[in-house]
Amino acid sequence: MNGSTDPLKTTPLFFGPQHPGVTGNMSVEMWFDGDEITRAITHVGYLHRGFEKLMERRLWIQNFPLVCRICVPESDINEECYALAVEKLDGIEVPERARWIRTLVLELARLGVNLMSFGGQAGTIGLGTGAMWGITFRDFVLDLFEELSGGRIYHVYVQPGGVRRDLPEGFKKSVLSVLDKIGERLPELDRLTLNNAVFKQRTVGVGIVKPEWIDEMGLVGPVARGSGSRRDVRKDAPYEAYGELDFEVVTEDGCDIYSRALVRRREIDLSMNLIRQILDLMPGGPIAVPLPNLTEWRIPPGEIYTRVESSRGEYGYYVVSDGSLRPRRIHVRGPSYVHAVTLLERMLVGANIADVSNIMVSLTTCPPEIERSR
Amino acid sequence: MKFTDIVSPFLAWSRAAKKADTIPYPKKSNPGSDRYRGFHRNDLDKCIGCGRCEEICQNLAISMVEVKDSQPIKGDSGLRPSVDYGRCCWCALCVDVCSTGSLSLSNSYSWPTDNADACAFIPGSDEKAWDDSKKGYCQDNSILQWAGSPRVEMPVAEPDERIKSFEEVVRGYSPEQAAAEAGRCIQCGLCVTACPANMHIPEYLRAIANGDYSHAVKLFFDNNPLPEMCGKVCTRECESVCAMGYQGEAIAIRWLKRFACEWFESLSDVLAVDEKPLEPNGRRVAIVGTGPAGLSAAYYLTRMGFETHVFEKDGEGGGVAQSAIPEYRLPSGGYEKQMDVFRKAGVKFHYNAEVCCDDILKISDDYDAVFIAAGLQRSSEFTIPGVDLQGVEHAFYFLMNHPEDGSIEAGRRVLVVGGGNVAIDTARSCKRLGAEVVISYRRRIEDMPADDEEIQEAVEEGIDLRPQNIPIRIEETDSGLLYIYAEALMIDDPAGGRPKPVRKDDIEHGIEVDKVFLAIGQSSDLSFLPDEISDNLNIKWGRIQVDEHQYTGVKNIYAGGDITPGAGDVITAIADGMRAAKAIAESCRTE
Repeated sequence: MNGSTDPLKTTPLFFGPQHPGVTGNMSVEMWFDGDEITRAITHVGYLHRGFEKLMERRLWIQNFPLVCRICVPESDINEECYALAVEKLDGIEVPERARWIRTLVLELARLGVNLMSFGGQAGTIGLGTGAMWGITFRDFVLDLFEELSGGRIYHVYVQPGGVRRDLPEGFKKSVLSVLDKIGERLPELDRLTLNNAVFKQRTVGVGIVKPEWIDEMGLVGPVARGSGSRRDVRKDAPYEAYGELDFEVVTEDGCDIYSRALVRRREIDLSMNLIRQILDLMPGGPIAVPLPNLTEWRIPPGEIYTRVESSRGEYGYYVVSDGSLRPRRIHVRGPSYVHAVTLLERMLVGANIADVSNIMVSLTTCPPEIERSR
Repeated sequence: MKFTDIVSPFLAWSRAAKKADTIPYPKKSNPGSDRYRGFHRNDLDKCIGCGRCEEICQNLAISMVEVKDSQPIKGDSGLRPSVDYGRCCWCALCVDVCSTGSLSLSNSYSWPTDNADACAFIPGSDEKAWDDSKKGYCQDNSILQWAGSPRVEMPVAEPDERIKSFEEVVRGYSPEQAAAEAGRCIQCGLCVTACPANMHIPEYLRAIANGDYSHAVKLFFDNNPLPEMCGKVCTRECESVCAMGYQGEAIAIRWLKRFACEWFESLSDVLAVDEKPLEPNGRRVAIVGTGPAGLSAAYYLTRMGFETHVFEKDGEGGGVAQSAIPEYRLPSGGYEKQMDVFRKAGVKFHYNAEVCCDDILKISDDYDAVFIAAGLQRSSEFTIPGVDLQGVEHAFYFLMNHPEDGSIEAGRRVLVVGGGNVAIDTARSCKRLGAEVVISYRRRIEDMPADDEEIQEAVEEGIDLRPQNIPIRIEETDSGLLYIYAEALMIDDPAGGRPKPVRKDDIEHGIEVDKVFLAIGQSSDLSFLPDEISDNLNIKWGRIQVDEHQYTGVKNIYAGGDITPGAGDVITAIADGMRAAKAIAESCRTE
């Protein structure tokens, strides 16, 4: 029956984009036989934002408040990729302290988004408390961002040339107290999720990502690491201060949703560990280098690809400059394209219709990544 | 699956007995952090309406609008930002680039209103609850330097090197330095309002930044035919209002003008490319004086098709500006380059042609209009005992006699009385002639009318600046002169004027010198005007009063430059000449 869309044998269903189980503004067109899905097609086009085109019409500095909006839960990776690209093209040396502050920001962001998506995994199978708690813990991290950058969601903080402001007075203490608070309460969340019979029933052995698909499809992040891969940009091509931090890549080999949830859960511990390391090793010095006149700032012609490890895997920016006041072309490469189109369409075949959102969330699909310019 | 997996979820109920994490709004609220990016605040008195916030806003949320009680003045557009919160994305770029630092964000993020139109308002003008709050995202320009940056330093000769000759102190920018400096301009255009001639400053700075120097020179000549001179000695009111000067250093507009002019061997060649004057219109205008005002009027009139005759009592043009400003500030090398422009434009020069009473009457009959730009010819008199002694001279005449050629003996010990540019020029010239120089000034250094840069360079060159010295008398001694003065205290003027110096005590101090130069201002010599004309002119303090078109009120007679009231600098004279040219053309057209 696989692949069948026969109207006499299968039932069509348009799932999303308004369905609460969908990970955002996307939909999946499905055909199923009984409870079993025979074919799935991912549809995008509900986010008419066209970021990549917008960026071509803005000054280099004006793009820096824009890029963070590409990803709502983890805005900083965009700022980081964009800043790295601009700095490399223009030959800007970022001060040491700024590099460490950036690493701190990236890990805080990863912590926040992993708390949300780990809890969210429980939410998709009806364990709403877990989802709420995950969001609550993330809110503690957002309080830190508010203190640091003045914004909770869009931080507009990592700028080309450094960061925008130094750490506020007493920030280390605030961070440590939030880490302690989250660390203390995480076991409660574990009891609702990882150590919950319902959670296990719905996730163990469900949503299998075969290890051979990793290279075939170019899977990255927790999706790949949940199937035994050790792929992590932080380790493979260290950027900012990651090369100076002591950590091991988190990996699980269950290949199912439970494994991916476990990877995220262990990533939370890793992020908290890294944040403590960063705070201890944070050097002094300036936090940014002065930039030229922002409205007359021309970047020398060239092209560059920069990448970082986002909570969803490798995340990259391809930036082309023609030497003018504005970028000639920017392409944003997010992992959701392969995860939510190629992989999801393959994984859903044969899956139970009740597991669709469960599988989708386990891939932490971010629809804007799929259709950014299209 | 373990048994604990069935039990453990129920343990979550223990949370029900603990304090909730949620904030029970409105019983309790959650104020924004100290750095929160909330609604805008704007200090309207600090804001200069440069529009930098509007320029940088990527959402077009900010528009510059007129507000009540705010008028456009020099260096202030009178406009203030209005923010549309339907568009604002709270990125605070506007705050970080605000040239005066007037704009900031409060930590307020909640503002319920039932009026959708109220979501666009003018921070600071439309009163809001958060106007007085101190918290929120404020500018810190110390590291980012987005709101103001240091200027590209102009290479200058070292002080001990430069006092050895009259060679120009300023060495000039390289093309890279000029591009970097011109590229700092934020194109707000406030400088244009401050420049007496309203030069196209943002446009020519952009041309220089882009390496298009000939375009820059053409833009200069649109409203200033003496850019070579202005590039060296302009009083640069433009720089005093430069938006970049509030938190960084003003753009070196004067030096960039100098750079573009120096780049070309001949300015007339640059202009000739696509500039053609109008056809001759058969009208003739006489101009008295070849100072900046006269030359400016002559240039623009000629370009408008007038036959322009300029009368000069000396053998060369340029006026006091060219003759009295020392070589190390305004080298005579640029003189020919400038005069070449006027000659090629078709201005007819009559040198050694002093205009006296009878000539004026004849000229005013023969010509369609007369523009009087005779300047200030006399040094002001000073009335303390001893000014008639041998060795006491007027600084103005000293400078006019070209001290650089070494024909004048400056003396070993020189004292200059005064605090204007003439005083500083005299002191620095004497220093170059090998003298030990003291400047004695009645008020404080900050009250000196001389250019700050000149004062600083004088100090660097080892000139002894003595402020708050009231001159009493000059006595003759066996070895020279004894300058007697008293120390002064500054008393605030109740009328709001600048503080006045009064004697501190009865003690008299003396300085032994060889020469004393008096530099306390210049005055006009209007003796060349016949009674028929001067009786009808409105003359106050020795200056001919004119209207906004430089018209004297006497038929066909216009005046401008130092002989009329004004700032008394080159650029004001140039602007006077241009205004007079336009007015003469207009009156001839309507006749």
